[in-house]
Amino acid sequence: MTEMKRGVSRRTLLKSSAAIAGLAGMKAITGFPAVHAAEPITLRYLSTSTNQSPAIAEQAFKDTGVKIEYVSVTTDDVTKRIVTQPDSFDLVDTEYFSLRNLVPSGNLMGMDAKKIKLVDKLATVITKGEIDGKKIGDQGTAPHKVSYLEGQHSKKFASSPTEWLTLIPTTYNADTLGIRPDLIKRPIESWAELLNPEFKGKAAILNIPSIGIMDAAMVNEALGKVKYGDKGNMTKEEIDKTIATLIDAKKAGQFRAFWTDFNESVNLMAAGETVIQSMWSPAVTAVRLKGIACTFQPLKEGYRAWASGFALPKTLKGKQLDAAYEFVNWFLSGWAGAYLNKQGYYSAVLDTAQSHMEPYEWAYWMEGKPAEKDIHGPDGGLLEKAGAVRDGGSYATRMGAVACWNSIMDENAYMIQKWNEFIDA
Amino acid sequence: MADPVATTTRPGAWLRGVSRKRSLETEARWRPYWQAAPLALVFLVFFILPLIVTFIVSFWTYTGYSIEPAFVFDNYVAAFDKCIVALPDLCTTFRTYLSTLKFCAIVWAATLLIGFTIAYYLNFVIRTTTARIVLALVCTIPFWTSNVIRMISWIPLLGRNGLVNNFLMSAGITSQPLDWLLYSDFSVALALVHINTVFMIVPILNSMSRIDRSLVEAAYDGGASGWQTLWNVIIPLSKTGIAIGSIFVITIVMGDFVTTGLMGGQQIASAGKVIQTEIGALQFPIAAASAIVLLAVVLMIIWTLIRFVDIRKEL
Repeated sequence: MTEMKRGVSRRTLLKSSAAIAGLAGMKAITGFPAVHAAEPITLRYLSTSTNQSPAIAEQAFKDTGVKIEYVSVTTDDVTKRIVTQPDSFDLVDTEYFSLRNLVPSGNLMGMDAKKIKLVDKLATVITKGEIDGKKIGDQGTAPHKVSYLEGQHSKKFASSPTEWLTLIPTTYNADTLGIRPDLIKRPIESWAELLNPEFKGKAAILNIPSIGIMDAAMVNEALGKVKYGDKGNMTKEEIDKTIATLIDAKKAGQFRAFWTDFNESVNLMAAGETVIQSMWSPAVTAVRLKGIACTFQPLKEGYRAWASGFALPKTLKGKQLDAAYEFVNWFLSGWAGAYLNKQGYYSAVLDTAQSHMEPYEWAYWMEGKPAEKDIHGPDGGLLEKAGAVRDGGSYATRMGAVACWNSIMDENAYMIQKWNEFIDA
Repeated sequence: MADPVATTTRPGAWLRGVSRKRSLETEARWRPYWQAAPLALVFLVFFILPLIVTFIVSFWTYTGYSIEPAFVFDNYVAAFDKCIVALPDLCTTFRTYLSTLKFCAIVWAATLLIGFTIAYYLNFVIRTTTARIVLALVCTIPFWTSNVIRMISWIPLLGRNGLVNNFLMSAGITSQPLDWLLYSDFSVALALVHINTVFMIVPILNSMSRIDRSLVEAAYDGGASGWQTLWNVIIPLSKTGIAIGSIFVITIVMGDFVTTGLMGGQQIASAGKVIQTEIGALQFPIAAASAIVLLAVVLMIIWTLIRFVDIRKEL
């Protein structure tokens, strides 16, 4: 631009419109990539903080030369960014349940199955909704219902597998209630315990409406107060009843607090403000790493499951696009999978992750066997002493007991309105 | 701005002289507007325009992933869902605003009392300017850390196993930890007062520092007691500062959702939190409608305040 301005009289320059200046600017920018090409490619990786870890980014850079720049926001904000600012990231790790809002926006593109080397090895829990050929809980937005698109830029889900995947799974897990066994001092077996008056003023539920409502549904069903057709897609009447139970409990002083952020749940539990609450697996681990007893308690009614995966903005192209596929392939190739498994999550491709784990680690995390040696987290911190058994047991037992999946309901707008009523009660 | 010479239409030196004088007058009259223009422009682009857009969007319709231009009142109807039929029970929106207004009143009264006292102390009791400046800066200490850190540090203090409860129990004052210290109306009000008092101190201090000391002496000479002087001389002359401080505090508390959320354990609703949840669920038009309602309520409060004190005159 400076080059251009030289030799142009001040008067003409003043007369020239902003549009011309804009054009000149564009010309200058198209010249840049040649300069940048020599530098490593950086991908802006949008997700919640729980899915991000500097160790994974570091290893990926070592193995592939692709630089990962994490953009960390809350669950709701991941969705909001994809819908409203699709150019603000190059790669996104989002939850399957958001897809019902994301795919119709047309801001993401289908992932090309041919470019994903291990596409046939993706866990059947995600792609088919089954383990070892056995069907698992299907209520809510089960990933296999929204895994495929009719075409790369289609806004419709395909009912049978196609070569265009909505997301390439990264992690998934079965969530349940977290408890402080040292303060409760008795076995907890049902979701109904969350509203047991015994824990008055010591319970918490998470305040992300689309997830909190599912925990609330598990509780209501366990109490026998509501019979659901599909907990993941409630009718208005079911929503009313679910919220009514919550409001009664809140008015009776059952809840100490609500939380939206992973760290808040850790603080509540570690400080003893709550003894039973909605919780996520890494939060339980974080409490335990402080030397405080905390159990991710398996319950007889089953788990509320979730899954997340990679998607690409439809505007991504050229070297950036190639780098994104390269990173996704690397992510499935084992190192990252082992890292996630050792955090208590499950990886998308199990075989490759197994080859990056010690046999005793695999036996503890995935097979539900007593730990032969002390179990360390991926960062080296001591998680469990030898002899401990994982809460809930093996992969097949835990994922096999899934009752429902996080979801977006048809009556989402109504649900949000009722949820606000609950927070306000 | 017109070139003074160019506006001259008729020849003749004397005429030109008059015309120049006149246009200089015009220029002088316009000068303040030009001086205000940069700020006005910033306000226009970053405040007025977004506000207009918000207002327009509040009449649009939406799906989970898009917003569609329309002119419907659905969002306002949703915001006041069942508010009339449910009477005398309060609907969600009315209850939320009632709760927010309650905090407004508590925090306003507390910050006014504390802020006025501190300002009085700084202005009339402290003798040297240096000490006054140093102490005024001390009042800003709560702002040296981020809002979130400041909030989180209340937990080890007020929590069930926090310092206050431990002290009360070891001193034998209570046998059980007091639950209402944290995640309650009390903790929300406490944190809001803690953060907002300085917004009351500064404008009141500013008004007080302009009070002519001879007026206070005259009151004393006239036989007024300390309280009479305070009530009849100092408070009326600090009215502008009190009004400005009140506007600060009330607008901040009305729009706050971070403090209410963190200190209330997210169990206490606030108008801001409702908007945040709606935005989180991508319901932009309904969030816009809620924002317009909030704005209307705040404007009504400020309008009432301004009726009591003519801020423009006093400035």
